Amino acid sequence: MSVLIFIDQSEGIVKKSSLEALTYGADLAKQLGTTAEGIVLGTVSDDLAALGKYGVQKIHQVNNAALNTVDAQLYASVISQAATASSASVVVFSHNQTGKAVAARVAAKLKAGLVAGACALPETNNGFSVKKTVFSGKAFAHVNVLSPIKVISLNPNSYKTVATEGTAVVEALAVTVAEPKVKVTAVNKITGEVPLTEADIVVSGGRGLKGPEHWGILLDLAKELGAATACSRPVGDAHWRPHHEHVGQTGVQVAPNLYIAIGISGAIQHLAGVNRSKVIVVINKDPEAPFFKAADYGIVGDAFEVVPQLTAAIQKMKAGA
Amino acid sequence: MKILVCVSKTPDTTSKIAFTDGNTKFDEAGVQWIINPYDEWYSLVRAIELKESNPAATIHLVTVGNADAEPIIRKALALGGDEAIRVNTDNSDAYYIAAQIAEVAKQGGYDIIFTGKETIDYNGSSIGGMIAELVDAPYISLATKFDLNGNTATVVREIEGGEETAEVALPVVVSCQKGMAEQRIPNMRGIMAARTKPLKVVEPAAIDALTSIASFELPPAKAGVKLVAPDNVAELVRLLHEEAKAI
Repeated sequence: MSVLIFIDQSEGIVKKSSLEALTYGADLAKQLGTTAEGIVLGTVSDDLAALGKYGVQKIHQVNNAALNTVDAQLYASVISQAATASSASVVVFSHNQTGKAVAARVAAKLKAGLVAGACALPETNNGFSVKKTVFSGKAFAHVNVLSPIKVISLNPNSYKTVATEGTAVVEALAVTVAEPKVKVTAVNKITGEVPLTEADIVVSGGRGLKGPEHWGILLDLAKELGAATACSRPVGDAHWRPHHEHVGQTGVQVAPNLYIAIGISGAIQHLAGVNRSKVIVVINKDPEAPFFKAADYGIVGDAFEVVPQLTAAIQKMKAGA
Repeated sequence: MKILVCVSKTPDTTSKIAFTDGNTKFDEAGVQWIINPYDEWYSLVRAIELKESNPAATIHLVTVGNADAEPIIRKALALGGDEAIRVNTDNSDAYYIAAQIAEVAKQGGYDIIFTGKETIDYNGSSIGGMIAELVDAPYISLATKFDLNGNTATVVREIEGGEETAEVALPVVVSCQKGMAEQRIPNMRGIMAARTKPLKVVEPAAIDALTSIASFELPPAKAGVKLVAPDNVAELVRLLHEEAKAI
């Protein structure tokens, strides 16, 4: 028996969301009295043995260049073989882009019940029940998993990474790797920016900023905080900002530690994309903006005056610290 | 060419989320039902666009749900699509639903199966991947573009911090999101035509659900916003640093 954790990597570097999945899987293995094992696919430059500090005892590696890009069919085949080889009773993924492509396929292949978007460790005293977000973060469901094997994908930024001491045994896993059917022909990463779904802090702008030429104050604040930038739907639709920055029910859903909303009124569809944020700050000149009801801190004031002052105040705090 | 578009019924995006029966059931009182936005705006409209450039293509819609789902599937037919199939069962387990759609898909022999990237109620992002596994086809998730060149699809999909372009031969299963197409509104001709389009009801295949929802829970209410004067941003920085420990 084991808990098998899928370790997602990009260009050889293990993703932050996978460290959360590793910590979660290791804690679950302790709870179940079993071992935590990892599976990593493709060529990795990170030190895999060092991932032992997140509580994983063994890491299976399939170092095959065909796995350097994601073909969900191929990934699911290899991960399912690893699950069988390690007698996994639970397979854990991050509910990130790769997890969304692969976890469901692995679940169907293993005839395992899937909890997608989990946000807490399972209750295992009486059955196996996992808490997950539903209704775009507006509620939670407790889902009973009825099958012998379970698959869980963990919401990014919902489980704290804990690093202690430890070294994992890294072993090559002998599995069949078919020819990928999905051929990646181009990768277009937005360089120099913090990826939105991985960011600890997100600074987001709405129509209150009046036009794309006014985004400088927001970008300065984001830069000072090392934050990712985002926007509301009308801003994306008007092409003031690129579509991939649109946060909300039909855009990207984020769950950072801090979400700063500037000139966004806070329509229910926008809140659905941000309500898993730990701390929300709203800056809006309209005291009636519905966003204030969902905020932890707020400033009723003109963004064009408040935001540059905020950037300066943060600079000052950092200089003093 | 045959396209299958998976359509789900979801509560309107502005619905109040509440639960009944000791928090075991979603409270449907006063809820407006809509086509899941990702299914409608992106996957269905992209399928219609593909048919517009290739009139020989046929579009079938499939939904897994009881008779309550018929108004939304008629609305989907009013937007476009040639006929619809409703699998007559009510279940929220992703595997159960995906397996029902996979049965329909195997009988129909489709070249493309479109789903939305997730439903806005259960947010599992799971159905497309499961269907793909059950029909043994490649799967492109979170697609923002889909173009056809003969039997090969060129797709753009979201990855962490960007996007990538990929090629895959049909048949393929694709989950669709923003970027694929622009929202359309059904016109009167479409609405009239939808009334007479075939809507076939089939009984579900015998499949065991692998999960069930035990209960729901609402998040604790926010304590209320702490307002800071606009001329005192230093206080906001102090609160974020010392109290919230967010910076």
